[in-house]
Formats: sequence, C-alpha cells, structure tokens
Amino acid sequence: MSRTYLPLWITFSLVLVMFATGASQFEGFASLRVVTNLISDNAFLLVTALGMTLVILSGGIDLSVGSVIALSGVAAALLIGPYQWHPLMAFAVILPCAALFGAGMGALIQYYQLQPFIVTLAGMFLARGVATLLSEESVAIEHPFYDAVAEFGLELPDGGWLGATSLLTIALVLLMLVLTHYSRFGSYVYALGGNSQSAQLMGVPVARTTILLYASSSMLAAMAGIIFSFYTYSGYALAAVGVELDAIAAVVIGGTLLTGGSGFIIGTVLGVLLMGLIQTYINFDGSLSSWWSKIVIGGLLFFFIALQKLLSKKLQNKAGGHA
Amino acid sequence: MTSEATVLNSHHSDQVKADQLKTARQARYSPGQSAHKFSLYLYPLVALALLLLVNVLLDPQFFSLQWQEGRLYGPLIDILNRSAPVALLAIGMSLVIATGGIDLSVGAVMAICGAVCANLLLLGDWSIPAVIGLAVLTGLACGLVNGVMVSYLGIQPIVATLVLMVAGRGVAQLLNQGQIVTFQNPDFAALGSGSFLGLPVPVWLVLLSLLIMQLLLRRTALGLFIEAVGCNAKASRYLGIDDKGIKLSVYLLTGCCAALAGIVATADIQGSDANNAGLWLELDAILAVVIGGAALTGGRFSLPRAVIGVLIIQALSTTIVVSGLPAKFNLLIKALVILLVLMLQSELFRNQLKAVFSFGKAHGGKA
Amino acid sequence: MSEQINNAAKLVLQLRQINKNFPGVKALQQAQLSLYAGEVHALLGENGAGKSTLVKVMTGVLQKDSGELLLDATALSFATPKDAQQAGISTVYQEVNLLPNLSVAHNLFLGSEPKRFGLINKKAMANQARQLLSTFGLDIDVTAPLSEFSVAVQQLVAIARGIAPKRGAACTKVLVLDEPTASLDADEVQNLFQVLRQLKQQGVAIVFITHFLDQVYQISDRITVMRNGCFVGEYQTASLNKAELIAAMLGKELCQQRHQTPCLVVEQSESILTARQLSSGQSVQQLDLDLPAGQAVGLAGLLGSGRTEICRLLFGLDQADGGTLSFAGKPIKLSSPAQAIALGIALCPEDRKSQGMIAPLSIRENISLALQAKQGWWRVISKKKQQQLADFYIEKLQIATPDADKAIGQLSGGNQQKVILARWLAVEPQLLLLDEPTRGIDIGAHAEILQLIRQLCQQGMSLLVTSSELEELTAFSSKIVVMRDRKKVAELRGEDLNPDRIMAAIAGASV
Repeated sequence: MSRTYLPLWITFSLVLVMFATGASQFEGFASLRVVTNLISDNAFLLVTALGMTLVILSGGIDLSVGSVIALSGVAAALLIGPYQWHPLMAFAVILPCAALFGAGMGALIQYYQLQPFIVTLAGMFLARGVATLLSEESVAIEHPFYDAVAEFGLELPDGGWLGATSLLTIALVLLMLVLTHYSRFGSYVYALGGNSQSAQLMGVPVARTTILLYASSSMLAAMAGIIFSFYTYSGYALAAVGVELDAIAAVVIGGTLLTGGSGFIIGTVLGVLLMGLIQTYINFDGSLSSWWSKIVIGGLLFFFIALQKLLSKKLQNKAGGHA
Repeated sequence: MTSEATVLNSHHSDQVKADQLKTARQARYSPGQSAHKFSLYLYPLVALALLLLVNVLLDPQFFSLQWQEGRLYGPLIDILNRSAPVALLAIGMSLVIATGGIDLSVGAVMAICGAVCANLLLLGDWSIPAVIGLAVLTGLACGLVNGVMVSYLGIQPIVATLVLMVAGRGVAQLLNQGQIVTFQNPDFAALGSGSFLGLPVPVWLVLLSLLIMQLLLRRTALGLFIEAVGCNAKASRYLGIDDKGIKLSVYLLTGCCAALAGIVATADIQGSDANNAGLWLELDAILAVVIGGAALTGGRFSLPRAVIGVLIIQALSTTIVVSGLPAKFNLLIKALVILLVLMLQSELFRNQLKAVFSFGKAHGGKA
Repeated sequence: MSEQINNAAKLVLQLRQINKNFPGVKALQQAQLSLYAGEVHALLGENGAGKSTLVKVMTGVLQKDSGELLLDATALSFATPKDAQQAGISTVYQEVNLLPNLSVAHNLFLGSEPKRFGLINKKAMANQARQLLSTFGLDIDVTAPLSEFSVAVQQLVAIARGIAPKRGAACTKVLVLDEPTASLDADEVQNLFQVLRQLKQQGVAIVFITHFLDQVYQISDRITVMRNGCFVGEYQTASLNKAELIAAMLGKELCQQRHQTPCLVVEQSESILTARQLSSGQSVQQLDLDLPAGQAVGLAGLLGSGRTEICRLLFGLDQADGGTLSFAGKPIKLSSPAQAIALGIALCPEDRKSQGMIAPLSIRENISLALQAKQGWWRVISKKKQQQLADFYIEKLQIATPDADKAIGQLSGGNQQKVILARWLAVEPQLLLLDEPTRGIDIGAHAEILQLIRQLCQQGMSLLVTSSELEELTAFSSKIVVMRDRKKVAELRGEDLNPDRIMAAIAGASV
C-alpha cells in the first residue's frame, strides 16, 4: 500500500474504532439515525472543509471562511426578510459575490506576493465587519421555501433521515471529488502545493489557479452559510466563530498535509465524520464534559502532524540515499 | 572629493600622494556613523499620533486626566490599560515572528495559566508569589511543547502551535471543570485592577516586561542571534550559532509572556473563564507586530514598535467609539487598516503608488 | 548514414554576442553557442563561468541585455520559460523540476492530460505514460508518486516530459540537460546515454552541461567552453585532448595577471591538522592530509572533486564516518561548527549569499557575529568594541563603504566577501579554511586578498585555500593538494608548484 494512502487508512480505521466504541457502549448508537444526524449536524462544516481542503492542497490557508458563513447567513436573512426576495434569488446573488470576495483575496496573495495567512485574516475581519454592519442582531428567516426544504428529504430505515441539506452536501462532496481528482484545475492545485516554482516552469497558470481556488473556498463557505441558515432559520453576524479552525483540523486529521500537495477529499470527509463522532459519543455519554472533545481533537492533530512528519522524513531519506 | 585614480595619476611626490590617498579614502568612509534607526519608528509613531489627533479633534476632552483617590483616570489611561494583555503577548510574538515562526496558541496559554491561578487561589494556602511562579512555569511548559515541536521535530510553526490552540482551551476547561472559576483575593486582584503611582498595575507590568526583555535581548547577544537566525538560519549555523536552541528559547519566552497576560486578565476579573480568556488575542498580537513594521518572514524585530502597534490597534477602537460611529464599524475599519498596512509593506504597491503620484505631478505641472 | 549527415548540417539554435549584466557583475560578455540537430553538445566551465546564465537566457528564465537568439534561423526572444517551451526548447534541471507529489503519468502529461467527457482519463493517461517510458527502457508503476523513484528515474521522466508532445507547443528541437549525471551511479549514467543516443537519431539537439570530463568524452560530439562570462572556444570532442580542455577551462591562455611567485622558503614545521584515511559517505574518500602550521596549503581540482566537501568536513558541518583527525596534536571528532570554532578552526564558505552573509544585518554586525557566537550570548561585545572591530577590518581589508551600519546586502560582491573574511579573521583562528575566496570578485580585489593571505601566514596562521585560479594558488601555497573524484591524487611542492603541473595532475596524465 502506497505511503500516500496511509494517513487516509488510519483516519478510516479511527472512524470505525470510534463508531464501534460508541456502538458497544450505548444503545442506539449503531443506527442509521445517528449516521444521518452526523451528516446533517456537520453539513456546514463539511462543505466549508471541502473548500479549505482545496486551499490547503495548494499550500495556502483561508482563515476567513467562518466569517463568510456568517456574512452569507446575514445577507440571506436580510434579502429574504425585509427585502422580500425569493431565497433562490438571494442565493444566486450571494454565491457570486462570495466568489468575488475570494478572488480578491487570491489576487492580493498572487500579485503582491502577500502571505495567505495574513490576507485571509484581514478577510476574516472584513467579512465579519460587513456582517456586523448589516445587522448586529440575529435576523429570523421565515419563508415557505425554507419550510419546503425542511420537509424535503429521504426517509431511511432505522430512523434515518437525509434532509435536503444533507443531500446537497453529499452532492457537493461528489462534485469536489471530481473537481479535485479528475479535472485539470485540480491537478494545477496539487502542482502549486507540490512545488510552485516547478509548476510555473511546467506551464501551470499559477495566477489563474490561485485566484480561482480562493474564490472556490469563499463560495463554498457561502454555501455552508446558506446550509447553516436552513439549520438555524436565521442569519447572525456572530455565527460560526472558530469554524475555520475546525475546518483546518478536519483537513489535517483527514491526512492532508498543511504544507500542501498531498491529500484527498475523502480524507476531509472522514476527518469531519471523526470529529462529529467524538462529539456524538460525548453527547451520548452525558457525563463526559464537552472540553474533552477539544483535548482529543488537539491530540489527534498532534498525532497526524507527527505521523506526516515521520512519513515525509522517511521519503526524504529514500530519495536522498541515492545521491 | 578626490578619487584615488586622480591622486595616483597626479604629479605630486609619493609622500603627498600617500597623504592625499588617505584623505580620499577617509572621505569615503568615516567611522562611527550609525544608521538612522529613528526613521523606522517614524511610520508607526506618525500613525499613532494621527489617531490621537483625530480623537482629540472629535473629543476635546480626550487628553484630559483626572486624579482621584491616588490614581489617574482618562481616555488615554484607558487605552494603555486595555492594551496591556495584548501588549504582553505582542512582546513574545515579536520574537517568534523574528525567527520566521508564529505562535497561534498564546490565547489558549493565557486561559490555561489563568485557570491555574484561579484554582490555586481558591485552594487558599498558596502565597501570591507562588501562584504567579507556578503560572509562569505553566506558560514555560506550554512554550517548551511548542518549541520542541518546531525546533527539534521540525514541524511547521503554524501547524505545531495549532495543536495547543485547539487543545489548550480544553485543558483550561478541564482545570476549571467547565465552570467560570471566581475567587476573592484583593491582593491578587490588584495585579489586574489596582494602581501604583497613579498608573494601573497592568501598564506597569507591560513597562517592566518591556524593560526586562529589552535588557535581556539587547544587552546580551540574544537579540542579535534571534535576528540572525530569522534572516538566514543556515548562515547562522555556519557561524556556530545554535539555531535550534535559539528557536526553542523564543517559544519559551512567548509562553512566559502569555502566562503574564493570563495573570493580568484573571486578576482583572477575579476569575478564570476558560472559553473567553484571551480569545482571538493571538491574532491581535500578530497584527500589532506586523503593524509595528516587522516582516512575517522573520529578521529584524523591535519590541517598542510592536507595543506601539498594540496602541495603534487599541487607539483605533477608541477612535471609532469616540467618533460616534457605532461599534459595529469596528471590525470593518480594523480590516481596512490591516489591508492598508499590508499593502504599504509590499514593495510592488509602494512602487505603484509612486508611479501614480509622479504621473499626477507631471500632469499637474503641465497645466 | 546520409540522414545523419543531413542532420549534422542543420543549424538548429544559434546564440550570438549575448550580453547579460547584473548589478555589479558582468555575467555574460559576447557569449555564443551553436547547436546542430542530432548532436550532443557539451557546455563546460567552472562555477561562475556563465554557463547557467547562458542556459537561462536560452530557456527564457532570464532576458538578455543584447545579442541574438536564432531558432531555425528565426530571431526569437523568450519572455517566459513557457515561451521557450512552446518554441521547442525543453530543459531538465539538476533538481529535476517536476512535482514529486503527483504520479509519474501525471507529471508527464500535466497540462495536456487526455480527457474523456471533460474529465481526466486516468487510465488512458497511464497507458500513454507506459508507452512513452518504454521507449526509454523504463518499466515502472506510472500511477505511483514521482517521489518514490530514484533521481535517475525522475530524470528520465523529466526528459520524457521534455520530449512528449504538449498542447499548443512545437515539437522539441532542443533538449537542455543541466548536470544530469550528478546524482547517478555508473549504470544509470550508461542508461541515460543510451536514451540520449536515441534522441540524437531522432534529430534532437542536446545541450549537455556537466563537470564530469570523462562523460563529455563518452557522449558529446562537440564542446563549448566558457570562462568568466566569456566564450573561450568551440571544439570537436574527438580532436581535443583532456589536457587542452582543462587548459581552456581554467584559462591558462586568458590569464591577465602575472602574480609574483615569491621565494617561499618552506621550513619544516609541525602539522596543525592531520587527517588519516578520513571518509564521509560518498563525499570524501580516504583522505590523508597534513596541514603545516603557519603555511598556506592550496586545494586544487575541478568542480565536484570534493574540495568543498573537505572544507565542510574539517569545519564540523558534515560528520566523518571513517578515519582519524587530529588538531594541534590532539585527536578530535568534529560534530558541529561551534565546536570547530572553539578549537580554532574557521571556514569562509563558497556560497557567500546563502551560507555566509546575513543580508539585512549591518556590516558591523556581520563582522562581529562570529566572535560573538564564539563568546556566547551572555558575554556581549559592546557596541563600542564592535565599532572598533568593524573600523579596524574596514581599514585593513579596504572595504569600500561609507558607513559600517550599512546593510551588507547593499555592498558589491567583492566587498561582501571581504566582510565575511573580516568576520573570521576577528575570531583569530589557528586554521582558516577558505573556499573559493576570490570567486565573483573584481581583479583588483583578487590581489588584495592574495596579499592578505601571505600576511596571515607570516603572522602564524595556517590556511587551507580552495581555488580554481591556479596562478593564484601558486602565489602563496607551500604545497598544493590535487583532488579528483573525491580522492586525493597528488601533492605538489617546490618546483612542481606551477599551473601546468597542477593541470596535468587534475587531468590525470602521468608524470
């Protein structure tokens, strides 16, 4: 088995272990209801993490996603409520705007050679600032479309329920799978993360790719914000604080290297599942305090980071030994 | 100024030539001149001055100070006081950034050290110096974890410190068993809310830390080594500088600063709130260091300029309040300021600005 | 046979009167190169000769200041590397600029992936990759990441990518190989040469940059030699013998300076450093070396012969895995530069940009840094003392700067080198290792540094100096050690201390 897949298998095994542990300890844990709840509760995080995977694969980072989630939620709520737009019209405007926002950040990073960390940090403040400006209070959403969406879904045996947002999330995962692994754009993203100088020499359109991938990240974050609004029936400027960190954690636990160039979408999916399972376990237990999830996730992060370092050192020795 | 070639080709005697050569060479080089470091302070100080000016224009009472019950009150004092925790963080962050690294965990370390303080004080039989001592040790331990990961395991700083950033609050919560731990200890509380010679104690702590750090870094060669490692780690190794050791010590110092910041924050509210203590302050600290003129890639650093950066951020928030703009504009303006500073630090942008201005001048001149 | 004659007659690429200047450095002066279809053309020269700059101009990485570039008799100008690739010039760099994280197949076809229904057809890509590589005699798992393969294989993949047809590009006419054999073993080299012969038959013109002279004689048809940014000569490989080649490379005919060969009275003195059968992996093999105290020993040899590696070993940058080393009579085991410095050994490295200067720091700081590092962080050298130190060496070494607090990055190359030299002199070492101290420095400064070396010997310092400038080595060395292929092949003294003898020793001609 190739070394590149090893972190993926480890995450997968951990997911199974966590599921098995919960199933053995708690009645009702091993049910489709739990699984589908897992998806629907973490849908917005998963969608965000999909965009984050793309950015991290290229060797960058996007700290603004949490704020974009909040901004798109507030914008949607305001357009639908006071301005009486149909939700779909509102979404049709919000998503391209988010893409433009991301493209702007990407352009700054590319043309002025600024570090992604600090540019997206500024973006984080900017997005949340605009959101706060639009409305400091939470804005409720009331619209027949939202009700319709809430009712739409697939009923599964064992109490399972795949709602519209879950289905949308699954569709987005499949889309990103194809985009990342089977499109030229995806190859370019991996190339950037592998060695941006070689990529340039090999003819990869670096500028275009950079701008597109940050645009995608912001657009996916906006999508996540919309999904979140279906969950909360509101838009709130202070929502999703810290989600960017959760997304980064999910991506790292999913086996993607923070240095870029190596990782899989499916890894991110497994990462989100694992984090969600830990939370579910804690909920079921009732006696375990929520802070343990933070500690465990921190520990998992450390484990995967150390593992990645070990694997890359071994690879270096192998290649270097031939010099 | 006579050039050497002219001298050598002249018809004078050898002795005269020798003297003239010496003069020519000395004209080229006069020992003892030092660089104008003041110009580096110019931009941040001007920015700060501008902000203060705007404030005073909006609120003529801005510079007013009142003396009540042995301490000074006034908007300026507020700015100094409120920026104390971030200033302490920024002092440590300057060093980490100087070596080309970053420390995302300082906020979480603040929470952990705060929790340590609060719980020890609740136990009752710990003296205040002991509590402070243990909190600082905790900070050092956190710094050690980060430092070992970065220098000896070779893990990227942003990744290594992310671990503690995530897990740290969990650890703090664990120490507090999920509660907001409060205590009653007026002596300890004085560290956060008391005053000394008219100024708030936190401000004194910042000044003291700044002084001690400056002595440690500039009176010894440590600061120079940190800058050398940040500029060119390879060349530093060739010089015999222990670059791994330097990187480790930098994270230790940051942990110490974070501990102090945590102590101040906990003393101020006489409690430890693991969830909110120091929340997002690491980002403010990083921003302050960048606004103060340091490059994220490492190299030269300046603690006073970083502290000025902190004051600029705090003054900015105050300006927004004083200007009557609702608080909701806070984040937006902050974001725009950061972007402006970032762009100004980029050479490409500065060249573009120059081109725009000279274009304007040329056309203005023609009219 | 006639096909080959046809190919040989066709001039594919011509570079004429190429000039390229960088601030303070004339990298290329009237450089030229002529390439015919179906030939392997070796481009030779020591470090700093200008061959990489010429190649960068050829491949669009740099823009020439003046001169002509003609591809198939059409004058062209490449603004970016992509332009050169589109025109049919492919380059394989020494560091194999491919993407280690992508699969072999993907590396071959990045940007031109076969598609089906708009999506990359991975199966077809793998098949095409296998087909392409089989013509190179490679049978590997093309779906595995490139990083899992040896450098030799990666290089062949890079060449294959260079040759493979790309979207929107002309077919490859010129293939540039920059030090392709540096990391290959003997079998892999032969394999590579097989591939090159195949490409020759297909009419591809190949530029082969290397420092391995034996390989030049094995595979190349013609040779171009460069030195100090100038074109030295173009030769048929078959009619140029090794000694003549080395003479051309090291510039015996072009030597402008006539250094005075001083009467070096070499008294017998104690050895300050003795190495017996010292080895370190592949870099240094069974070295026996005696450095006499108070004298300068020259280290000669071509690029890649192991001179820099010896300096690194003697300074503690690399670990020895065999043999013994003793310094000032005591056996030592060097594990770090700090230890070496404490013992009294200093190294002025070859690449001052990445290994020597700390660019944003001032001249004063750069000069006192080594001494400060030796003293440790607690015992600080006062600013006054730093200033005195800086003043002293600025005067002594004639460093051209109005101000000791100027950032070292703003000085010219020669002055930067002097600052680095000053830094190590300040430590007052017993043994000073100088790796190419006069590289990239104007001729006037050369003489100053040679004078300095003689002075240091008189003051009792021992020196080991690496240099490609043989005339300069003979000016101050009491003996010269000649290296070839990581082994010591000769030690020259007395009457043998002349450039002819040294070059003969390097070439391996019998005495």
